[in-house]
Amino acid sequence: MARQKTILFACGTGVATSTAVNATVTEAMKARGLTFNAMQCKATEVASLAEGVDLIISTTPISASVTVPIVKGLAFLTGIGKDKALDDIEAELRK
Amino acid sequence: MAQALIDHIDPEAILLGVNADSNEAVIRQLASRLEALGYVKPSYADAVVKREQTMPTGLPLGLAENVAVPHTDPIHVNKAGVGLAVLAKPVDFANMEEPDEAVSVGIVFLLAINDKDKQIEMLQKIMGTIQSPEALAALKQAASVDDIRAVLS
Repeated sequence: MARQKTILFACGTGVATSTAVNATVTEAMKARGLTFNAMQCKATEVASLAEGVDLIISTTPISASVTVPIVKGLAFLTGIGKDKALDDIEAELRK
Repeated sequence: MAQALIDHIDPEAILLGVNADSNEAVIRQLASRLEALGYVKPSYADAVVKREQTMPTGLPLGLAENVAVPHTDPIHVNKAGVGLAVLAKPVDFANMEEPDEAVSVGIVFLLAINDKDKQIEMLQKIMGTIQSPEALAALKQAASVDDIRAVLS
């Protein structure tokens, strides 16, 4: 079985919207038969934590210097584009 | 038993028909209410206003009037809670994902969060409400706290 992947959830404070997005994505991936390690952080901490994670899901803009794949988290707050975002996350987890 | 969103919102922290000229004015009205009710520290309002300038919280929903969820670091919070303002006329917040874009906002949920692991359900309920155009329309129509309670129960 493939190594369990790690997703870093980021938002401005690391406590509010990233918490909601983390919970939503965890539930949705579970429904698709996928689990992952979850980490949460402030947007300002992403650059230092990006190394060692497989995917970043952020509700705020992330520095262009980060090379880890990024999925925008706003879809999970607004509901707009949510299915597409979930498909993108699933694709990353299945890589 | 699961709690409804209304159980997380102090009735005294619900403001209807708010007349404000800026997002800062809305935040300060709601924050002073949360402070008076003991949810947040005196430093909270300034911290939220400052954070909104660099990390905005306007959520574009594709509606004429959208939603914002201002908040700040847990160090400014005494106990978890939510303030709700329904505005008489919309004010601009910057877009969370595209801070250079303005989002016209008619409903504001001001979040006081101190322990994210205990407030997951509250946050998910808020996001569920935000994603329901029917609920948002009903909040806009609300004439009383009881009307709000009916929508969020």
